[in-house]
Amino acid sequence: MSETQAEKTVDARGAACPGPLMDLVGAIREVDSGSVVALLSDNDQSLVDVPEWADESGNEVVATEEEDDYYRILVRKA
Amino acid sequence: MTQEVVIVGGGTGGSVLANDLADRFAAEIDAGDVRVTLVNDSEDHVYKPVWLYVPFGKREPSDGRRPLRDLVDSRVDVVVDRVTDIDTDAQRLTYRDGGGPGRYDKLVLATGSTLAPDEIPGLAEGGHNYYTEEGALALQEELLSFTEGHLVLSVIGSPHMCPAAPLEFVFMADDWFRKRGLREDIDITYTYPIQRVHGNPHIAEWAAPLMEERDINVETFFNAEEIDAENGVMTSMEGGELDFDLLVGIPPHRGIDLVEEAGLGDRGWVEVDSETLEAEHADNVYALGDTADAGVPKAGSVAHYQAGVVAQRIASELRDRPATETYDGKTLCFVETGMDAASYVEFDYENPPSPATPSKKLHWAKLAYNESYWLTARGLL
Repeated sequence: MSETQAEKTVDARGAACPGPLMDLVGAIREVDSGSVVALLSDNDQSLVDVPEWADESGNEVVATEEEDDYYRILVRKA
Repeated sequence: MTQEVVIVGGGTGGSVLANDLADRFAAEIDAGDVRVTLVNDSEDHVYKPVWLYVPFGKREPSDGRRPLRDLVDSRVDVVVDRVTDIDTDAQRLTYRDGGGPGRYDKLVLATGSTLAPDEIPGLAEGGHNYYTEEGALALQEELLSFTEGHLVLSVIGSPHMCPAAPLEFVFMADDWFRKRGLREDIDITYTYPIQRVHGNPHIAEWAAPLMEERDINVETFFNAEEIDAENGVMTSMEGGELDFDLLVGIPPHRGIDLVEEAGLGDRGWVEVDSETLEAEHADNVYALGDTADAGVPKAGSVAHYQAGVVAQRIASELRDRPATETYDGKTLCFVETGMDAASYVEFDYENPPSPATPSKKLHWAKLAYNESYWLTARGLL
């Protein structure tokens, strides 16, 4: 399990596309600038969708960690 | 002791389920061995898909309302009240007016979606929508006097009810203004939160060229951050800015607070097993329709099909038999592509949608279904 800290974790495992990205957007709305949100997703598309949205929105993907059967993607709010 | 089945919410899912259970348990209900209670916070059952047509003057909100008791089998106890507390350990319910059974053996939450426009600064003041009766009527007033300018439809909340409805609205608006000779003076823009025009990639792939053909502008990766109602400007989390003369904004949605207070899930959506529809955080609790966080669209067809699954499972469990029925993700939607043409999609967990070529026949099929919906609510269709 990762040691990277996140202020908020969104568990979107099992959610169909675009669930995980939309769940992340919702969580980013709710945290302060500089906070890190961890998105847990078992959807491979999240590996593309999340960095693409982060680029577009000016937020930063600080880490992508592969766990046993899901990804933990950490995004820092700009 | 009588086995108590309590359904909270008399929308599509709750009504179909109540009627299905009344049919399955007719003998047990008559003998006093089983009681099915349907709790709703209004005397009326509301069929929300009618609201899409209200802004264009095609339907009235009253077309989507019928007394709940007229639709539900007389073996079902209909209680007009609100559940204010769920104790999932003791399997007990508290009501605002004390109306329903305090104990449950099986509880089904079908409380649906509510709108949360206040989550986006300025949206309540600056945006219209057709996701309530009042909203649809107010938008009708605006549309009737709208003869030039920039109409923006912005999908702000997701998940939201009827994922096809924003596409339908812009297709219908385009056609409606064209037929009235106003389209040249009206720009239409559609915004969506992710990188394509719809959450489902297959539907997005089908809709995008149709929008281009109709001269509907598209802004993707647009998550509204704030609406300046006075100056008609909306800004996005991605740094975008859009001027509008008329904003139709699909607001963020939530379930009801009761769900979160009972520890059943976040934002009012019950965490469920996506096949059995059993709550993840409590025994003997099911959720269906919009309330169930099953990763499927918040659509009436979903609630309808899920109700059949939950009915079979509850019937089996109360008769001490294995519950075998599972939900396969089946979803069915007609998608209006103008004022007199529609497409149709059907999909499930395994099979993606493949939108049908738009036709007049499918449009009429949609209107015919809207009329015959009351048979669905009665559990007959």
